[in-house]
Amino acid sequence: MWRYMGRKLFVYALTFVVAVTINWMIPRFMPGDPVRSMLSRGSVSDPEALERMTAYYNEVFGLDAPLHEQYLSFWAGLFRGDLGISVMFYPEPVVDIILRAVPYTLALLVPAIVLSWIVGNHFGAFAARSKVLDNTILPAGYVLTATPYMWLALLMAWSLGIVAGVFPTAGGYSFALTPGANWEFVSSLIVHWFLPFLSMFVVALGGWAIGMRNMIIYELEDDYATYLRALGAPRRLVRRYAFRNAMLPQITGLAVQLGTIITGALLTEIVFNYPGLGTLVLDSLNNRDFFLLQGIFLFVVVGVLIANFVIDVVYVLIDPRTRVQMTGGSS
Amino acid sequence: MSLHVNDLKVHYRTLRGDVHAIDGVTFSLEDGEIMGLVGESGCGKSTLGKSLIRLDSQMRHVGGTVELDGRGVPIADDDAMVPLRYHEVSLIPQYAMSALNPIRRIGRMIDELLRARGVRPADKADELRRRLELVGLEPDVLRRFPIELSGGMKQRVVMVLSTLLDPSLLIADEVTSALDVSTQRSVAESLVEFRDRGYVRSMVFVTHDVSLVYQIADTIMVMYAGHVAEKGPADSIVSEPRHPYTQMLLSALPEVGSTSGERLQGIPGTPPGLLDPPTGCRFRARCPMAFDKCAERPPLVETAPGHWSACWKTGGE
Repeated sequence: MWRYMGRKLFVYALTFVVAVTINWMIPRFMPGDPVRSMLSRGSVSDPEALERMTAYYNEVFGLDAPLHEQYLSFWAGLFRGDLGISVMFYPEPVVDIILRAVPYTLALLVPAIVLSWIVGNHFGAFAARSKVLDNTILPAGYVLTATPYMWLALLMAWSLGIVAGVFPTAGGYSFALTPGANWEFVSSLIVHWFLPFLSMFVVALGGWAIGMRNMIIYELEDDYATYLRALGAPRRLVRRYAFRNAMLPQITGLAVQLGTIITGALLTEIVFNYPGLGTLVLDSLNNRDFFLLQGIFLFVVVGVLIANFVIDVVYVLIDPRTRVQMTGGSS
Repeated sequence: MSLHVNDLKVHYRTLRGDVHAIDGVTFSLEDGEIMGLVGESGCGKSTLGKSLIRLDSQMRHVGGTVELDGRGVPIADDDAMVPLRYHEVSLIPQYAMSALNPIRRIGRMIDELLRARGVRPADKADELRRRLELVGLEPDVLRRFPIELSGGMKQRVVMVLSTLLDPSLLIADEVTSALDVSTQRSVAESLVEFRDRGYVRSMVFVTHDVSLVYQIADTIMVMYAGHVAEKGPADSIVSEPRHPYTQMLLSALPEVGSTSGERLQGIPGTPPGLLDPPTGCRFRARCPMAFDKCAERPPLVETAPGHWSACWKTGGE
């Protein structure tokens, strides 16, 4: 057990190092000079002033040191929780900007992933034994899963937001309010949260339901289910076993999908102009704010790694077969 | 009289029409009798075994009755069969190695099944341990997952589980097919022991292995293409078979220690398709003794006490 965990942790650590390295490389080897573009926005025309300011900012951002020193100081900063200073919001530290956006993204992602997964699985298991549901709602699920996400999100924003006017279509809260712990602000948060959440939830739901339905049908035909039925076991028991067995591939599916789901969240936030990490990515790209971009990617990588690790642990807890393999197994 | 099957007809529904898998099968089983049910693949022997406990979704009961211990068995009514299943009729399936839920500890799965069938697991706990020991398993297997057991061990767990409520009739469907010869022997002997100890009253032992069935069965029933060809005491079926099919089936078996260099005789031809079965005796096309009368279906007649045969040549004499 612990050896298995140790091996897993090692792999995750390795992934982390590689991801951080690539993350550090991309902005430095990409064309375009962040300091120059920042200065050009300031319309500095005097060449001498430009020279001095460039040198100054290069020093602030640590861009004047040799590459390997930059790399090492990047790691050192990482462990101090210092990801550098944003160009776009100069001189605010990158970490502060990200931490401000993270709650929005998490509040959107976690309920959307968890709820769509739970509801989709139960719904799929239910559809597997109802002909009517199987023939009506599942095809709708196929359509939903096949629809390009942005189009669906735009459609929702347009129909529920603009035409029906039920929900606001942009922002994390009403721009007329200042953040605070009062009811008005909280309700504004919820109303703004609902559409982006719903669009993510709906899109993910169909996929889970379809997967679960197929798995349940397969499990109900499996030998152990046939045997139980031959011994007169009630449907409830057979279904419970089938559901638990069918969950295992769905959990793996969740682990595989996590990366994609987070990309989906970027689109959601951009479509609904939601103040989370996704919008931040777009803004920092547009403004060539590589330090911010680098920080966000780092957060995403860490998030995906943690989520995958949690799923790994959960899988070990619920599937005895992985546990047996870990301890060497006896036959 | 423990089991009484009268003119049972079970068909498979397929897209191309009904497959007449069992087409008028009549036989009886005494208390304490172990009946070996033999025949080649597709003759309907497994279908017969299954129809006595649970019809698949494609299987349809077309006619005939089944009676167990003087009471009718409503094999066509899935819900009405539930009280009988496990308590009265039980099954050791062909797929015993994969019959246990892979993600439940065996003991917990047994408890859940018993509770679902209205039996308090605590009442059966001692008996369960005793029987596991009888088949050579430590009670410790109850705390393990199926994956931790070998194929033979799983098979034995299923044997004990299936017979735990002392059913009146046990259907053992090809239980030895996937086992090596020595394990086959011990499984077959355990089943005889179960009968001797009264764990099961009578048993239908479905197999295609005539030599194995001869060692454990009291009687043997030979099926061919959905019909009963012959039924009788194991000894007389093997030593003096009446039906030409049985004769040819037995002559196709190798004999241990045989020194003559004779090649074994197979039965030429293949069994008829059961989608649209021929009229009359179904073995007619492959039978060397066939004559005009075989165009009519031969009745199953008693040619010697307890020995029944369906052939115009042997029965009609």
